[in-house]
Amino acid sequence: MQHYSMNLKLKVWRQRNANEQGHFETYDVENVSSEMSFLEMIDVLNEQLISKGGEPIAFDHDCREGICGMCSMVIDGRPHGPWKGTTTCQLHMRAFKDGDMITVEPFRANAFPVIKDLMVSRSAFDRIIQAGGYISVNTGNAVDGNALPIEKDKADDAFAAAACIGCGACVAACKNASAMLFVSAKVSHLALLPQGEPERKQRVVNMIAQMDKEGFGSCTNTYACEAECPKEISVLNIARLNREYLDATLSAD
Amino acid sequence: MALTGFFLVVFLLVHCYINANVLFSNPEENFNRAAHFMGSNILIRIMEIGLFLGFILHIVQGYQLEIQNRASRKSRYAVSAGNKTSKWYSRSMALLGTLILLFLVLHLVHFWVPSRFGGLTEVQYDGKTYHNLYAQMQDIFAVPWVVVVYLLGCFSLSWHLLHGVQSAAQTLGITSKNYYGTIKTIGIVFSIAVPLIFALMPLFVHFGWQINTGGVSLLF
Repeated sequence: MQHYSMNLKLKVWRQRNANEQGHFETYDVENVSSEMSFLEMIDVLNEQLISKGGEPIAFDHDCREGICGMCSMVIDGRPHGPWKGTTTCQLHMRAFKDGDMITVEPFRANAFPVIKDLMVSRSAFDRIIQAGGYISVNTGNAVDGNALPIEKDKADDAFAAAACIGCGACVAACKNASAMLFVSAKVSHLALLPQGEPERKQRVVNMIAQMDKEGFGSCTNTYACEAECPKEISVLNIARLNREYLDATLSAD
Repeated sequence: MALTGFFLVVFLLVHCYINANVLFSNPEENFNRAAHFMGSNILIRIMEIGLFLGFILHIVQGYQLEIQNRASRKSRYAVSAGNKTSKWYSRSMALLGTLILLFLVLHLVHFWVPSRFGGLTEVQYDGKTYHNLYAQMQDIFAVPWVVVVYLLGCFSLSWHLLHGVQSAAQTLGITSKNYYGTIKTIGIVFSIAVPLIFALMPLFVHFGWQINTGGVSLLF
């Protein structure tokens, strides 16, 4: 693919803190290389802003190789931008062309309050995990992997669900700001494996209860979450979550 | 939503089956006899109460869900992903449901109210008296704009079901890797076939068309 450079107009959400009203500001970014990642492009813009004595745009990022789930932001209405199965840090500027106007907003949901500019608090996800998204194990030597046989199909499905990096794009994409895809991935991942079995029923009930408490919306199965998930987590996990929840509540003692 | 939705889907099947009598030859007698059976059977009259409850629950829960879900994102996006990530009808269930509700009110006024509270002419078959509900259909569907409104009602129903059937299966956890395709196909076939058969009824009655079966009722 041919390298090229471009001049862009960026319309970016600026918000000083959680309590203040936010607004859009427009910036010109010149000589952007098609080889840059989207975050690198914002780095360039921030250097410009700092050199002029302005406040840099706050945004979340960490590994910048698409595996940590820290980067967020909604680019032209799409969480993590226009590319399928891609995080913002892996979105490259060749997705855009010279003269484009790009609108950048934070993930928007009541359960994800804005901390500053494009940074949102995703602590609600941490609290859902704390409610049951783990297995309790005794300390001691690691057991032999082959001591616990797992069917290939189940191992594959569990692995696909475990690929969820908890970035929150599902919530950002959902018209109801529902967290069902995230919760379903975490519940599926453990429910499919023998290690998750002992706490299986309590886990799903507690995690759903915490999800509801955090103020996420309900799932109406529009599947925008699956379309936007950078790890392409399947909505079949949501059906499994519903099954697990029904089973756990109907068979509760 | 899913449970009441499936219940209403079953109702649609029964309603469609009974009313499809008007599409075949000798529609008046066949349809009136079928309608009489439905109106005079005690089990079905009890089910009718359940049906009203089903409708009310589905409608009330639907609006509650819409209000709660809208409230879960107070600050709206400046740019919407629109149809790039989801189908318009999956996002418009409340709107489609509202159109169906408006249609339902009109439909009840047209047919259910006169058959329960009087206002229908009567007709005799084999010495027994029946309500002539078919004559009421002919009266109502003689007006072209009413036929158009009924067709629009069927369109709304079709889009509502296209999302609703597979969505209900997903909510109840019936959907799984093995049955994903089957459930989707059933949803698509149902959401096209049933509203299409319903849509044919006002057209057939308005234009006096019928499928010739030699006067024998195929359906009842």
